[in-house]
Amino acid sequence: MSEPAVAEEVRVRIDDDRAIVDARQKGRAMALKIGFSSGAATLIATAISELARNILLYAGRGEIALQSIEREGFPGLLVLARDEGPGIADLDQALEDGYSTSGRLGLGLPGVRRLMDEFDVVSRIGDGTSVRIVKWKHA
Amino acid sequence: MDVPILKQGPYLIATVQSALTDADLMGLRDKIVSGVGNHRARGVIIDVTALDVMDSFATDTLCEIAHMTRLRGARTVIVGIQPDVAYAMAHMGLTLEGIHAALDLEEGLTHLNRTAARGAN
Repeated sequence: MSEPAVAEEVRVRIDDDRAIVDARQKGRAMALKIGFSSGAATLIATAISELARNILLYAGRGEIALQSIEREGFPGLLVLARDEGPGIADLDQALEDGYSTSGRLGLGLPGVRRLMDEFDVVSRIGDGTSVRIVKWKHA
Repeated sequence: MDVPILKQGPYLIATVQSALTDADLMGLRDKIVSGVGNHRARGVIIDVTALDVMDSFATDTLCEIAHMTRLRGARTVIVGIQPDVAYAMAHMGLTLEGIHAALDLEEGLTHLNRTAARGAN
């Protein structure tokens, strides 16, 4: 499958809890602009909120990049959440429901995975974590 | 963003008016828990109609508020969860475990009055 074409990109620096709200509001606005329903836009905004909080909680700071994309005629929204934090030691465990090292709910990543069409996470110890999620607007 | 809390009879009504940061949510929790003592409230209604996202932290904090007020002798009802927000919460697997939710303020008050009439806590 060909690489998606990027029509627009918005980047939000995540370094405090106000940035979490900012990132999810910008994500919702972009989703609505792409033509997603308000229900789908809420799913996307919720996923962004979780990823932004993970950055703040585990890495202290990082970035959320929002891209309006298109692949084979289908529009979509891609979210890239990147940090240079400590990385996730056991990815398989982090993707299990109920797991969290922060002591909170730990529904973050598995929940986000359920909200989106594509979900990829790359993490290296001492190097940081990068999560890439996509929601496609189906015809 | 500070959330105003009104006292109505034996109840406290907190109306969220815009998006809340994590710090705002924790501030709301502290204000409600101390407010229950200061006003000797028997019930709390948190109106989240204006919230456009309820993620795991918001859900977790609302559950925490409900459990804390319960330990202080007051019941909490969450009202006004929007359809889109309910849809996202259901997809994420987020639940308000052990907490009563109602459609709107009126239903929330009815629930608290009914609970008080039954004498249950």
